[in-house]
Order: sequence, then C-alpha cells, then structure tokens
Amino acid sequence: MAVLGPGSASLRFGSVLLIVLILCGSSWTRDVLTGRNDTRPEPNREHHDQDQGHAANATKHKKAFPVLELNYDYVRMPFEISLWILLALLMKLGFHIIPRVSHIVPESCLLIFVGLLVGGAIKAIQEKAPVMDTKLFFLYLLPPIILDAGYFLPIRAFTENMGTILVFAVVGTLWNAFFIGRMMFAVCQIEAAAAAHVSLLSCLLFGSIISAVDPVAVLAVFEEIHINELLHILVFGESLLNDAVTVVLYHLFEEFSHAETVTVGDAFLGVVSFFVVSLGGILAGVIYGVLGAFTSRFTSHSRVIEPLFVFLYSYMAYLSAEVFHLSGIMSLIACGVVMRPYVEANISHKSYTTIKYFLKMWSSVSETLIFIFLGVSTVEGPHNWNWIFVIFTLIFALLSRVLGVVGLTFIINKFRIVKLTKKDQFIVAYGGLRGAIAFSLGYLIHEDGDSKNTRGMFLTAIITVIFFTVFVQGMTIRPLVELLAVKKKKESKPSINEEIHTQFLDHLLTGIEDVCGHYGHHHWKDKLNRFNKTYVKKWLIAGERSSEPQLISFYNKMEMKQAMMLVESGSAAKLPSVMAAADQNAEQQREPRPERMIPKISKTREAEIRRILRANLQNTRQRLRSYNRHDLFMDPFEDNMSEVRFRRQRVEMERRMSHYLTVPAKRQETPSVRKVWFEPDHKVYTYDENESARPSDSAALLDESNRSADGQSERQKPTRCLSDPGPNEDEEGISFRSS
Amino acid sequence: MGSRASTLLREEEIEEIKKETGFSHSQITRLYSRFTSLDKGENGTLSREDFQRIPELAINPLGDRIINAFFPEGEDQVNFKGFMRTLAHFRPIEDNEKNKNPPATEPLNSRTNKLLFAFRLYDLDRDDKISRDELLQVLRMMVGVNISDDQLGSIADRTIQEADTNGDSCISFQEFIKVLEKVDVEQKMSIRFLH
Repeated sequence: MAVLGPGSASLRFGSVLLIVLILCGSSWTRDVLTGRNDTRPEPNREHHDQDQGHAANATKHKKAFPVLELNYDYVRMPFEISLWILLALLMKLGFHIIPRVSHIVPESCLLIFVGLLVGGAIKAIQEKAPVMDTKLFFLYLLPPIILDAGYFLPIRAFTENMGTILVFAVVGTLWNAFFIGRMMFAVCQIEAAAAAHVSLLSCLLFGSIISAVDPVAVLAVFEEIHINELLHILVFGESLLNDAVTVVLYHLFEEFSHAETVTVGDAFLGVVSFFVVSLGGILAGVIYGVLGAFTSRFTSHSRVIEPLFVFLYSYMAYLSAEVFHLSGIMSLIACGVVMRPYVEANISHKSYTTIKYFLKMWSSVSETLIFIFLGVSTVEGPHNWNWIFVIFTLIFALLSRVLGVVGLTFIINKFRIVKLTKKDQFIVAYGGLRGAIAFSLGYLIHEDGDSKNTRGMFLTAIITVIFFTVFVQGMTIRPLVELLAVKKKKESKPSINEEIHTQFLDHLLTGIEDVCGHYGHHHWKDKLNRFNKTYVKKWLIAGERSSEPQLISFYNKMEMKQAMMLVESGSAAKLPSVMAAADQNAEQQREPRPERMIPKISKTREAEIRRILRANLQNTRQRLRSYNRHDLFMDPFEDNMSEVRFRRQRVEMERRMSHYLTVPAKRQETPSVRKVWFEPDHKVYTYDENESARPSDSAALLDESNRSADGQSERQKPTRCLSDPGPNEDEEGISFRSS
Repeated sequence: MGSRASTLLREEEIEEIKKETGFSHSQITRLYSRFTSLDKGENGTLSREDFQRIPELAINPLGDRIINAFFPEGEDQVNFKGFMRTLAHFRPIEDNEKNKNPPATEPLNSRTNKLLFAFRLYDLDRDDKISRDELLQVLRMMVGVNISDDQLGSIADRTIQEADTNGDSCISFQEFIKVLEKVDVEQKMSIRFLH
C-alpha cells in the first residue's frame, strides 16, 4: 500500500480528469444526436466577442472579418468518433495503472462496467445515448477481430482437431438452440411467467441467438489465462465455426416466425441452406485469399502498400459473403488462412511486422469499443424485466452447455487419439461465453408491434446471460484454472529441432499409413502438400522462393530473427562480422557458432566500441535520410542485411559451390592474399596463401600428366570461392587460357 | 485367398501376436489380409521388393529407411509377426491399458518406444548417437537436391548445437527425447486405424 501512496494522488487526479472528459464527451455526443449545434457550454471569448460584435453592428454594417470562427458541423462526425475511440483507449490505459484490479478482473468486465457508467451518466442527463447499431457492429467492429484471429490461427492445431471442433460447433450449437428454445417455450406456458403469447418459433429464435459461443468474449478472456493450446483452439475454433449455424438458424426462424406452419420441406431447405452458407462462405474466402496471394507476388516495387492488400482483400471477402447472407466470419477466416503462407513468402519483413501490428491494434480497439458499447446499450436498451423468463434462461443456458459438452465428448472420445479428460471438458463447458454477437442479433429482431414488448424481454434475458457469462465465468475461470491445475501454454522458442523432427515424423507416418494401405490423415495431408508444392506455390510466390523447401524457409527465418536480435542488442563483438557479411558470404553460415569463439572483451572496451559503432551507424542513417513518402528509405546497414540481397547472394553462392563441393574447404576470417605461380608451360593459376599445401599438390599433378582442365579447376575452385566474389570473375577468364 | 489366409494364420499365432503387440483380433485379421495382398510371392514373408511396389512409398523421402525398419538385422525377409511388431509401435496409447493389467515389459507403443523407433531411423549404424553425417543424410533426403551441402551443413550444425547438452556434437537418445518433450508424440506417432 505504501507504494501506491504517491501514485494514488495522481491516480485520483487522473480519474477525476477522465470522468470530466467522459462527461464532456458525452455531452458533445448528446448535442450531436439531438441536432443542436449552436451554443457550446465551453467558454470561448472570441465567440462572445463575435456575438457582441454582431449585436452591436446590426444591419447594413460591413461584417468584420472573422479572425476566429467556430464551425463544429464541419467536423462533427469524425470528431465524435475519434473522441469516443480516444476515451475508450484511455480507459484501457487506465486499468493497467491499477495493478490489483487488472489482475483479478478481466479487461472485458472492466470495459463493460465503464460502459455502464457512461450509459448511466448519459441517461442521468436525460439524453439518448449512442447505442450499438447493428450495422456498425457487424460491418466495422467485428471484422478486425475476426481477421486478427484468422490470420494468426495456429493451423496445425486447428486441422488436427478439426473434427472435434466441427462437432462442437455444429452439433453443439444446434443442441443448445433447440434445447433452450424448447425449454423456454415450456416455461412461457407457465401461468406466472405471463408470457404465454410467445410462440414456439419465437422461442426457438431466441434459443438460436443465445446458444452461440462468442469469439470476441472468448478471445478477451482466454487470452489472459494462457491456457494450453488444445483447449484454446477447441473453444476458440468452436466460437468461430458456429457462426454458420447461427446465421442459418437465425434467418430460418425469422422467416418462419412470420409464416405459421413449418413443413418438412422447410426443414430440409434449412439443412441445405446450412451447407450453402458455410461452404459458400469458405469458397468466397478462398477466392479472395488466392487473389490476395497472387497480388502480393507483384508488390516487390511498392512495398509500402503491401499490408493494405491483405486488409482490403480480407475485408472484401467478408463483405462479399455478407451480400449473399453467407457466413462472413468463415469467409474471413478462410481468406486469412489461405493467404498467409504465400503472402508471407512474398512480402518484406517490414510489411509483415506492419500487418501484425495493425491487426493487433485494430482488433484491440474494436474489442474495447464493443464492450463499452455493450455497457452503454445495456443502460439504454428497451427492457422488460421478467424474472421467471430471465432466471430460467440463465439456468437452461448453462445446463444445455454442460450437457452438450459432456454428451458430445463421450461420442468424440471414441474417435480421438488423445482423449479429452474431465478437466478439459469442464474448461470447454465453462469457457462457453456469450457476447456482443448475441446482443446485436437480438437487436435485429423485428418487433411485431404487440404491446407486450417481447423483444424487450428477449433483450433483457440475452443481456443477463451475457453479463453472467462474462462477469462471473470470466472472472472465475482464472482461479479455477489454477485450482484444477490445467496445463498452461508452454512458451517455447521456435526450434529447428522440432521442425525437422516433426517433418520427419510426418513423412514416417505417411509411409506407415501407405504400408497399412490406410488413407488416413497423414496421407491426405501429404497429398495436399505435394499439390501445393508442385502447382500452387509456382503461381503464388514470386521468384526463387517458390521452390524453397519449407525447412529452408523456416531456417532462414530463424537466422534472420537471430541476426536482427543481434543487431538490436547492439552486440559489439558480432557487429563487424555481420557488417562484412555482404562480402564474405561464408561468414553468414557460421553465425550460430561465433558465440563460442569470440574472446571476452572488458566491459569498458565493449561500451566504447558500442558507442563508436552506434555513432557511426547513426551518422550514415542521417546522411541518407530522404523525405520521399513513396519509398521506404533503406539505411545502408539494412541495405547489407536486406533479405532480398541476402537471399540472392546466398543462392548465388550456393549454386556455384554446389557444383564442385566434396568436402567443404577451410574457411578463412580475413580476405585471402593471392599468390600467383608460374608454371613452366606458362599456364597461370592462382592460389590462396593459406592453402600453401595446395601448390605442391597441384604442381605434382601438373607434372604427372596433362589432366583435363576441368579436373584441375575442380581442385582450385573451392579455394577461390571463399574469397571476394569480385576478383574471381576476372581471374577465371585469365586462368583457364591454356596457351 | 480367403481360405488360404485362415489356414495360414492359426489361432495360437493370433493370440501370441495379440499378447505381444496389444492389437485386437479384428485388427490382426485385417492387417493379415493386407500382408497377404502385399505378398506377391505368396510365401508367407515379405521382401524389400514387395514394399517397394507400394507406389506412395516410392515418392516418400524416407521410403527406403521405413522399409528397412521392418527387416530385422541383416535379414531380407520379414514374416507376419515381424510385420506386426513394427506396426505395433504406431498403435495409439490408451490410458485404460495401465489399469487393466500392467504388462511386465514396456508395451511396444509406449512413448519411449515410439521415440526409440524414430531415433533408430536416424541412427543407421546403431551406435545410439545421431552424428552430424547421419543428420545430414536425413536432411538431404527431406529437402531434395537443390540445396547446397554447405547450407544443409549449417542447418545440421545448428540442430546439433540446439540439442546437444553434453557437448559431444552428437544427439544421443536422451537428448532426442528432451528436444521432443514439447511435441505431442502420443498423437503424432499414432495411427487411428491401428486403434
């Protein structure tokens, strides 16, 4: 507590400031919404002067030139939006200042709480608050979050558990929807509920809205508890894939609630519609993904706009799917998944970083806004508190989730290699959080104009369930995870060993499956990989990388990362060797080993060297800085390290060396000194100084017989390759003239 | 074919294999029919050519090594028992097996034995160490011919450096196990078909 002492004063000040800002912001918003745009509560002297000026100089007087004018209308819309976003982010910042609270309460809860406060404040001023418009939510707030999730989806884990995820998503959601709908209909028939007017179809509609696990809420909560990958992907994958089911059910029941009877034909159409929605969504995503990958093949000259292609193609995929009422979420996921491996092979490292950080940034902002709006809309929305309805909804929602998970796991475990334990089942059931999607869908329900306010009742129940799951389950899941000792996520660096051995095992298992004559998981994966390698990569990846084996690109990525880390840490001893790397390519391949070989230097010397290098590096950067918006300026240091040249030089070297290599020749630290030996028959050969043993060998060879020039060139080539590539080319021509 | 199969595979043999490998009765008969379909020479044993006739195995980079793994030291024919013994490594591990009757020796499909099988595919000379050359050979098989030896060499060096804890610049079995501790071997090295 003592530590908080000096902090708490600034904390109080900060929170007061924030509250003042919020109130000002909401009053601005309020004014906008009611269309008022004249007098402002803020003091503005010029404004007063202007008023007086106007009053004094009545008609027929030449108006004084307005030095300072107020024209709020002009910027109203963007101003409001920016202010809201800014306030939301300041809130987010504020939470982390209070360490205790942010550890216990997940961020989503805090944000909803803030939304409640703001909503309450606005209501107290008797004004209408901005509610979460369905269009706003589905078109602007949701896509960034889903794209972020889809682009960085761990593919391996996802495909390995695909069957389980699909069963949970499809069958589980269907079960939830029908169970809740049916049960609530029964509840509505009870006298005390006073809800007998609600039809079965309306209840089923309600059930379908509330049954879906929400990806936003799951992400928000699960990200903080760092649970192991399997459980994370199960719950998260389920929340993504159940979108198709939700869309179909929702539209189905909405259509039917206006028609009075449901025939078998309708039910059949519903099933067909499910396949159309999900597969169509995926198809749309794949098409845009391929387009995006293809486009990225040609962006080598305009690197700055690369990230935009990724974002825009994905967004178009989402919108195109929404046009046809297909599942936009699945389309977005499919687009991200398909696009990613090819785009990453094509774009520059900077673009990759940009994409990563922009996605994270947008999804973070979206998430914050969603939760705050949820809080505001709660205070605002049409409510109809019906005790029995709400309580029973809550009970049945939880019950159906538990029953669904346990029942499905029992069936699934018969097909899984690694079974789901009771602990796993508990976490999966407990992690079924509902969120903003349910709320927005509830908002979309058409009110039939009856006075009983069914829509209000539904909304109240939905909000209660959302609040319960997010607050109660969200807050308690972390201590429960600790209590049950559920396996946490293992933080591990990418290891080349794991990569090699995993690929090794893949090949091994494919072979064993072939021996058994069994066309299993590995067989199809192998076929897909082969197809990918022979056809798809050639089309979608630019240049020589299209034929690079996966292992090599993995290794290159690791080396690149390590090199960048070395650079960033400003490690003095390694810098010189790295800087000279462009000239002596052999050096690159020894990077992992220098750690053992470089002698220790004293701390002061190291600091001195570091300072000198840093100063020099900065100088060169400043010299070459240019203000051209269209080119990323390349500082010379990075120039040497730029991956394209890096790769190209490597491949060049490799090509030359792979011709002649038997045993790798000795490598050298310093540029070699040339010596020229003259042979009696005036053949000129060059040798390197260190290879002093060589001349005698070759001389003996020469004397023995006139071997073919090739044979001797093979002897010589290895030594020459290791020195500067430049002089090589010149001398090659000279040395092989044999007359 | 069918009648021949049933006469050649006696009940006692099935029981023996069941005890040794843990496969179920139906599994064994199913795999026996596969065995006989591969056995073109119809002499109750498989030779290397029989394996090589499997088309997908020919394009598998590790095809030759996998085939070799079936044949015991120095022999050229493998009978059905040997065939099953090798395949038993890829049976999924069952949790309830431990409760029923804990076997005297470690079952063939335990995690350690699975890893040992994989290790032996690397370590051809059976000296219980994966040397740099052995690693290079495997890498070469997996990446194809376009990559230079030098680049592969550096990958191999990096791999050994990561895994090597006792500094002998080879990967021993213990180090191999340690490196793969984060990989879910029980799932990766099991075929559901053999369940």
